[in-house]
Amino acid sequence: MSAPHTQNRHLPDRLQTPAMRALRSWEALLVVVFILIFTANSFASPYFLNVWNLSDATFNFTEKAMIAFAMAMLIIAGEIDLSVASIIALASTAMGLVMSAGYGVPVIVVTGIAVGLICGAINGVLVAGMNLPSIVVTIGTMSLFRGVSFIILGDQAFTGYPKEFAFFGQGYVFWVISFELFLFAITAVIFYILLHRTNFGRAVFVIGNNPVGALFSGVRVARVRFILFLLTGLMSGIAAVCLTSRLGSTRPSIATGMELEIITMVVLGGVNILGGSGSILGVVLAAFIMGMVTFGIGLLNVPGIVMSIFLGLLLIAVIAAPKLIWRK
Amino acid sequence: MSILKKILTTAALTSAMMAGAAQAENVKIALVVKALGIGFFEAAAKGAEEAAKELGDVEIIYTGPTDTTAEGQIEVINSLIAQGVNAIAISANDKDALVPALQKAMERGITVISWDSGVAPEGRQMHLNPSSNALIGNTIIKLAADNMPEGGDVAILSASATATNQNIWIEEAKKVLPNYAGINLVDVVYGDDLADKSYREAQGLIAKYPNLKAIIAPTTVGILAASQAVTDGGLIGKVNVTGLGLPSEMAGAVESGATKSFAIWNPIDLGYAATMLSYNIVKGAKAEAGAEIGMGRMGTAKLDDNNEAAMSDPFTYDASNIAEFKSIF
Repeated sequence: MSAPHTQNRHLPDRLQTPAMRALRSWEALLVVVFILIFTANSFASPYFLNVWNLSDATFNFTEKAMIAFAMAMLIIAGEIDLSVASIIALASTAMGLVMSAGYGVPVIVVTGIAVGLICGAINGVLVAGMNLPSIVVTIGTMSLFRGVSFIILGDQAFTGYPKEFAFFGQGYVFWVISFELFLFAITAVIFYILLHRTNFGRAVFVIGNNPVGALFSGVRVARVRFILFLLTGLMSGIAAVCLTSRLGSTRPSIATGMELEIITMVVLGGVNILGGSGSILGVVLAAFIMGMVTFGIGLLNVPGIVMSIFLGLLLIAVIAAPKLIWRK
Repeated sequence: MSILKKILTTAALTSAMMAGAAQAENVKIALVVKALGIGFFEAAAKGAEEAAKELGDVEIIYTGPTDTTAEGQIEVINSLIAQGVNAIAISANDKDALVPALQKAMERGITVISWDSGVAPEGRQMHLNPSSNALIGNTIIKLAADNMPEGGDVAILSASATATNQNIWIEEAKKVLPNYAGINLVDVVYGDDLADKSYREAQGLIAKYPNLKAIIAPTTVGILAASQAVTDGGLIGKVNVTGLGLPSEMAGAVESGATKSFAIWNPIDLGYAATMLSYNIVKGAKAEAGAEIGMGRMGTAKLDDNNEAAMSDPFTYDASNIAEFKSIF
């Protein structure tokens, strides 16, 4: 009965050639958007195409992007961490405390990273260990972590970080490549390998698509989730070191609102906000796009609110475009 | 790679040349504020434009972040450095966090001054305060004295007993008191900058001193509460309330007559003076301790040991100009 039907149906050898798939991918779209923005900026302002200016512009996104890589993995696994900016505040405050106590650069840096890890572990225990929803947990820790640094600092600030500490946020590795840009590139590669080339990365996708199925397939779901929160904590700690070094001071209001910019970056990078799919390359491209838009519009002295509107429109346009063009 | 490098270098050169050409035409002064969309700063921008018109060869870039963050101001500073502006005049969201970014600007040859809300000394060439403690102390007494030619009793309604600013101003006011014959300071009370407590303290003063002719409140909360107490007590015309207030809040009191006049810095003058100072420093004036730098119609700024200067007496607001300023801030 069914034999004649299958004969009539065309069955391709494969669904799409790899080249076609690459061309139709989200990343390809982002590359096009990036080129458009870069070209538009070059024509709009005579100051845009200058290596030093472009190098300065990367500071707009490097810290956020480093956290965005870890956040992308977390969102792919179906979780979210809204406390990242508050972790920066707390880590920065802790760094200020050890600096005031007279410790040198190594201790300051280790403290910042360690506090990031501890905060990540707290989120991880609450979400993975106690099975609480991550959005609720991290809304709570968002207030908690920043609250603690407000209690410690009030309206005061930590200043007077040692001169050598400035390297992390203001130093250059060689020529125009700042330390932050260098670190951004390294972490991009590490996260690319971790997400796309390891069993751990596979497990992240599996959990995002079907956590119950993953559990029954032998994936240690809770452990993977815990490690993911640890990773966002770690990256927030590292970002705290860079940002504190760049500002040369700590105030409890540091990095306010950064969590939303990071999530915007992740979503713009093509990560499904509901979990299950996404790529590190997409996040890297999104970071560059957001950085260049902010910088380009800044060069034209367009008021900041217009910039926010533009980024919002860009986000909607980039997400809507594939649905409109390749409607299935 | 090498082609890309070549393109970038050529582009860098052309843009540098274009920047050079632009410099020859106009002095580009960036007025950077805490956040856009705040009346006080919009008024300052108006003052900057006024200065630009007077000077002729000045282009004002009025800019700032969307919300009052140091990170936002740093992005703005970076883009101003990239544009090769000649001067940055900034009202800072954070006196420390902006220092590295502003130091970079100064290294690239940009004149950097702060105004209104200052930057730590290592991050700017000079800071312009709207006024000085001595000038404020004198002004609040003068405002009261101007409206009581025969002299009489006055009292001060301050913020909290530990408020540093107010205590210094009251100290300065007491110093100049002998210059105003017949003015008798009978009491200093504290309303803690709370509307209800300030209101009750004002009522207390009125009850305690029947001959009281003026209440001086060097705080925006206090002056508003005191003028309310005078209005509610039916004492308009008998007790005059003065001090430091915001035009938007004080418009009603001035119109009813409870307050004949009050003072606060004028944001238009502040933006004007900051622009004038930036221009003069770009044109070669040395910003160093003891220097005197011109501020156009605002006179000259005398720099103290911290390279700080005071602009002027606080600006007096009364029935003649309140309508114009109440919509500004």
